[in-house]
Amino acid sequence: MGEPLLEVRGLTKSFGGLIATDRMDLDVTEGETHAVIGPNGAGKTTLLSQLSGDLRPDAGLIRFVGEDITHLGAPARSMRGLARSFQITSIFKDFTALDNVALAVQAHAGSSFRFWRPARRERALREPALEVLRTVGLAERSELMAANLAHGEQRQLEIAMALATRPRMLLLDEPVAGMGLDESQRMIRFLQSLKGRQTILLVEHDMDAVFALADRISVMVYGRIIASGRPEEVRVNPEVRQAYLGEDTLL
Amino acid sequence: MARSPRALTLAAGVLMLALVPVAAELLDQPFYVDLFRRIMIFAIAALSLDLILGYGGMVSFGHAAYLGIGAYAVGVLTHHGIANGYLQWSLAILGSALVALAIGAVSIRTSGVYFIMITLAFTQMLYYLGISIEEYGGDDGMRLAVRSQFPGLLDLRNATAFYYLVLGILLLFLLLGQRLVNARFGMVIRAARSNEPRARAIGFSPYRYKLTAFVISGAMCGLAGALLVNQTEYLTPEFMHWTRSGEIMFMVILGGIGTLMGPVLGAAVFLLLEDVLSAWTVHWQIILGPFLVLVVLFAKKGLIGLVPDEAAPGG
Repeated sequence: MGEPLLEVRGLTKSFGGLIATDRMDLDVTEGETHAVIGPNGAGKTTLLSQLSGDLRPDAGLIRFVGEDITHLGAPARSMRGLARSFQITSIFKDFTALDNVALAVQAHAGSSFRFWRPARRERALREPALEVLRTVGLAERSELMAANLAHGEQRQLEIAMALATRPRMLLLDEPVAGMGLDESQRMIRFLQSLKGRQTILLVEHDMDAVFALADRISVMVYGRIIASGRPEEVRVNPEVRQAYLGEDTLL
Repeated sequence: MARSPRALTLAAGVLMLALVPVAAELLDQPFYVDLFRRIMIFAIAALSLDLILGYGGMVSFGHAAYLGIGAYAVGVLTHHGIANGYLQWSLAILGSALVALAIGAVSIRTSGVYFIMITLAFTQMLYYLGISIEEYGGDDGMRLAVRSQFPGLLDLRNATAFYYLVLGILLLFLLLGQRLVNARFGMVIRAARSNEPRARAIGFSPYRYKLTAFVISGAMCGLAGALLVNQTEYLTPEFMHWTRSGEIMFMVILGGIGTLMGPVLGAAVFLLLEDVLSAWTVHWQIILGPFLVLVVLFAKKGLIGLVPDEAAPGG
């Protein structure tokens, strides 16, 4: 196994007295789907926000493709191939679905200091965007305002925007949160179709999704990883069962 | 798209504006050339504000600053005996662009009410600067000895020539604005207004785009200032008073934020109402105020929002 694609060392973040990330270490290898699970308030979203550059860590190191990116902002990390989805759906609501994805393509297609040609008529932006919408199954909905899409479709759209940046790694924050059974099944199947081609770091509450997708699982409790390994190893880990007391039927 | 009701409204509006000098001549009412030229000058200012307010979500409560800088560029040079319009207007555009760069560089790091307060504070600083310089008339202001000179091109003393020049600039800016907001550049600032964290997450650094838009907007408004001082033939720090910034914003909201055409309509309705009502009563603002409240309550997209526009999703 070569160098990990993403390396986290000693990552620490606290909010006042609350330590949300506590000297955390984490490796994600190229090609794997790595799930971070943990009880509510374990600090999963805080971790993801530090990885994506939306939140500055107090201490520690984040290395991506061998480069120290700890002090880079979110746009610079996106440029290096890190793409995230948000737990609470974050899209451009007053734009069409196709516009949303075309914007993601545009951000990675040369300078946007272009003042004359209508961006909506640039085939170099629209065609790749439509292609990604087709992949996630939203092609027929491309001309709809994003605000008018169903909740599940908005989540798919978010993934489409992340994919449109051609990332080396996807950071997904609870991709099936708030979805009905059908919708979440479809999302899980879609993410399974990405497996192997796309490195994914997944933060998820839904254990069905986690065990359906993850090659490796890290269990986070109070800002620390208490166990890490293949799903079947984590499932029987006594520390994990302890942390999930009351929820152990899920595991 | 070309035949949407709004496009027809635009065509009708342009035709009407083009015919104003003819009608004024026929009716022997030269005053209307003056009034509609004033309307178009404020339309340019309102249009420039709409670029950053409507498309970039930047609530600049200090757009009068650029109006003032444009006016002072012309007034000060004329005062020192330089009446060359090319020089004056270039300075107006360049000067207001530079001031916008400075104000924008600070204010765009903030948002919401802080953005409003910072842009207001900078403009008040410039207003008091204008008041304090006795050389240029202090708070009384001073007469403009001559209008900007464009030897060989046109004579601004000719009311009609001046009128069509302003109309030409307004149309040019409408076209430029339309291209800009739909080009890649415009899509970035609109995306940042819609959802800045998302824009950053897909790789845009909105700051530099917003700052550029702010500078373009300031430069456009600076040219409006140069036109305005030629219109009034009087330079006064009142151009930079905060109520002036409020009026420009009023025009944008009245006409329709984020529509480019709306602010032009807003400027026309605002100034025509002012003209009609102030002839009737000195307390004309008592009528204008409730009118704005009604428009905001019942026509959320402004007056232009009442005219359907089939085109442009995401607009």
